[in-house]
Amino acid sequence: MNYLPKLLLAAATILAVPAALAQEMILTAPDVLVQSVTEDVLAAIRQDKDIKSGNTQKTINLVQSKVLPHFNFSRMTALAVGRDWSKASAAQKEQLAGQFRDLLVRTYANAVSAYRDQKVRYKPFKMNPDDTDALVRTEIQQPGGRPIQLDYSLEKTDKGWKVYDVVVAGVSLVTNYRSTFSQEIRDGGIDGLIKTLTEKNRALEKGKAA
Amino acid sequence: MKQNRNLLVALCAAVLLGGCASNAQRAPIAADPLEGVNRALFSVHEGIDKVALKPLAQGYDAAVPLPAKMGIGNFFGNFRGIARSGNAFLQGKGEEGMNGLARLFINSTVGIFGLFDVASEMGLYEGEEDFGQTLAVWGVPSGPYLFVPLLGPNTGRDLAGWGVDQYVNPLGHQVDDQPALRNSLVGVSAVHLRATLLPTDQLIEEASLDKYAYIRAAYLQRRASMVRDGKPGAAEDEENVPVYEPETTPAATPAE
Repeated sequence: MNYLPKLLLAAATILAVPAALAQEMILTAPDVLVQSVTEDVLAAIRQDKDIKSGNTQKTINLVQSKVLPHFNFSRMTALAVGRDWSKASAAQKEQLAGQFRDLLVRTYANAVSAYRDQKVRYKPFKMNPDDTDALVRTEIQQPGGRPIQLDYSLEKTDKGWKVYDVVVAGVSLVTNYRSTFSQEIRDGGIDGLIKTLTEKNRALEKGKAA
Repeated sequence: MKQNRNLLVALCAAVLLGGCASNAQRAPIAADPLEGVNRALFSVHEGIDKVALKPLAQGYDAAVPLPAKMGIGNFFGNFRGIARSGNAFLQGKGEEGMNGLARLFINSTVGIFGLFDVASEMGLYEGEEDFGQTLAVWGVPSGPYLFVPLLGPNTGRDLAGWGVDQYVNPLGHQVDDQPALRNSLVGVSAVHLRATLLPTDQLIEEASLDKYAYIRAAYLQRRASMVRDGKPGAAEDEENVPVYEPETTPAATPAE
């Protein structure tokens, strides 16, 4: 008579455990994620002669395939745009995020391809199990120079932890654009900013830094 | 002397004109009330950099082998160590200050007049304090953003701090009676510093839509971070824009 509830409970437990485990597996911890992606990219660069000899397109492809999936560009763009983000339509937001992504990818790719024999040190990381926001701190050690701090801000989403800001030596690559973006929007509206970003990317693609 | 004065007058005129010309449709940001003048000074700086400072730095970078460059950097860095260490004490960071004194002693002796950074090899790393940060720790407001040709981005507070640090630097005083030597020391130190910034040139050109604003934002963020000793924290945001955080779920857009 008493068996049924117990049986149900046992069944529920057995079913719940793998589900919880699976959830844990998908959500790789933020520090582990940053380290594995960094090491993955650095290993790929070390092996690739084209990247070492300055093939930008190949570096961009590498960044796109290995780094991009772990970034949340719409959050990044919102942070860079600031208050005006709410004025943008869904289509404008998508265009903005796309153009901003292309600009950052190119900048990041160039920084990455300058990598020679620097070492990355991962600083001790602490977080609570129910945190939805995390800061992973690393340090680039270069021969004959002061180490450079490189920090990643991540947020927990249902698709895993995603990077939404990169901070180099205390300078956020995202909020650094804020005053420029708001000036562009003041001058030419959201579409004006989209246009400026598009032109910038086009000029960079042609190989002349605008 | 006369020539110098004429140059100065011309420079001031250029700045004032530039200031008027570009003041038109820029909404000022709080940290940069002198934006028009600063932008004019920035283009003066860019002009000097393009024809003189950058080519010199590139030549120096190409001609001087890495060990020699490291030696030069260490030599000047060692002299700045006195101000660094003093500023650490003034900010109440006793351990960092003592570290700095130990570095100074080791590098000036074992490191042969500071040419070799033996202290870092021993794990005694260099602090980054300066009087601008000390003033910030003491609660002095940053003052307006100032772009100073040749010196680069600054704030009123940092410029005053720089002056004090220069005054404390014994390198200048030791050779005050030998202008030729003093000027060449200043020259080498400036060219060396510019050469260390060469790798970031391309990055800034490529990443920025507005180079002036990009450098300004980076400088203000960097200085705020240095005052916090690199600890993460809310930056003194230049505009303090409240950020609307979206949950962009395109699927959830209601059909009308």
